[in-house]
Amino acid sequence: MSKRILIVGGGLAGTITANGLCRQLGSQLRTGEVSITMLGATDQHMYQPGLLYVPFGGIRETELFRDQKKVLDRRINFFVDPATKIDVEGNQVETQSGKSFAYDYLVIATGSRIVPDEIPGMAEGAHWFYDLDGARKMRQALEEFDGGKIVVNVNAPHKCPVAPLEITFMLYDHLEKRGLMDKTEITYTYPIGRLHALEPVAHWANAEFDKYGIKYETFFNAKAVNPGAKTIESEEGSTLPYDLLVTIPPHRGAEVIEASELGAGGWVPTDRQTLNHEGSTNVFVVGDTTNIPISKAGSTAHFEADTLIDNLASLVLEGRTARLYDGKVFCFVETGMDTGTYVWFNYETPPNPGPPSKMIHWFKLAYNRLYWLSARGLL
Amino acid sequence: MSTTTIDARGAYCPGPLLELIAGLKLIEIGDEIEVLSSDQGSIKDIPEWVAKVGHEIGESAELDGYWSIRIIKAK
Ligand SMILES: Cc1cc2nc3c(=O)[nH]c(=O)nc-3n(C[C@H](O)[C@H](O)[C@H](O)COP(=O)(O)OP(=O)(O)OC[C@H]3O[C@@H](n4cnc5c(N)ncnc54)[C@H](O)[C@@H]3O)c2cc1C
Repeated sequence: MSKRILIVGGGLAGTITANGLCRQLGSQLRTGEVSITMLGATDQHMYQPGLLYVPFGGIRETELFRDQKKVLDRRINFFVDPATKIDVEGNQVETQSGKSFAYDYLVIATGSRIVPDEIPGMAEGAHWFYDLDGARKMRQALEEFDGGKIVVNVNAPHKCPVAPLEITFMLYDHLEKRGLMDKTEITYTYPIGRLHALEPVAHWANAEFDKYGIKYETFFNAKAVNPGAKTIESEEGSTLPYDLLVTIPPHRGAEVIEASELGAGGWVPTDRQTLNHEGSTNVFVVGDTTNIPISKAGSTAHFEADTLIDNLASLVLEGRTARLYDGKVFCFVETGMDTGTYVWFNYETPPNPGPPSKMIHWFKLAYNRLYWLSARGLL
Repeated sequence: MSTTTIDARGAYCPGPLLELIAGLKLIEIGDEIEVLSSDQGSIKDIPEWVAKVGHEIGESAELDGYWSIRIIKAK
């Protein structure tokens, strides 16, 4: 009987996994020994890192999207039919349309989402760029901004740990070019006692912020936003006034994870090396939705997916797994409109970013376009 | 009281304290989180933040090359 692989979530991790499996299981797909099915929430695939450029008008919105069908290998059965319940005991997934999909192997790749509503006043008083609607509204707010206090407020947990620093530098550059920096004060807040989770990045950001006169407050976790008074208050007891509040709202995993009682906050308990859902041998978790304590980032999704592809293909073909995930994460960091740097690390090797350069900025811009090749599994 | 364990050993980013902050949002007042950390900095920065916000530090111990730090959600 055919082995059925079911992938829930057609974002970066699900798409790389599905396409990679097609390459490794080509002849089994041809003979019908294996089938690959994907359940997605939309027929469009969005390039999320591109959202960073939207508030500055630096990217056309159409550039962010591709038809999911075109990004996926044709041999994948793709349905726009969101999962409503994942039943890992019964080996089946129920969907919005009322269908039920049985599987032999399941890949959970439902990502993470922002939950600004969890902080009172945040949805009304703050701007963000972590979804398209938010990024459009932030573009509008930025167009209308003519100087004053900007607070860039970062909350935990969040995906893409470098985006908060990037937006801060990009805001500075943008306002400097518009001649507004002499009547603008930017304050960046971060939940822990330094400016970034990674110590070397925090160190470097500190020096850069000082150089540009960007202010900062550490140990700041948003407790409430008061849109009337235009203030943001922290759990730690501090209150900051703002004219424009840019926030990285806290995140949760997808609703279906909590609805299926698969993990608090929508984070699925996952073995950090095998990527197995804890307690199952035929369920795997990949991308932002794992509870593995590493960066929720596209590169994490990519490296995890590479491991998973090898393991699932070996399981299907030979009944064994091939290798373990080593915790590798790689990030480009935009350090202004025309310079950049990068950082990588894994479970054993600490991070060590190099100095910013124009060259690395161009790599990142090139990578922005190469994303689609990487999702297709060609990179 | 229920205890949730966050195994943040070998976690450079976001790291033990950010994992704790995220984890506290998901438990009830009176419940406990045990953070396992291989970063010596955690024995300083976790209690520092916990005191600032007003949660409680429970028992902590140095184990085989890592630390176990217990935090009780107080508000
Ligand atoms: C502004 C911004 C900038 C970023 N910059 C970078 C960067 O420079 N570098 C980097 O490495 N990463 C970056 N990231 C992070 C990166 O985009 C994510 O970490 C990555 O997309 C995670 O992949 P994923 O597949 O786990 O989740 P996603 O790509 O979010 O995909 C999850 C998918 O699951 C679907 N889904 C959800 N619920 C269901 C359901 N019930 N049924 C079916 N499908 C469902 C969603 O619709 C979505 O398509 C950035 C993110 C943002 C927002």
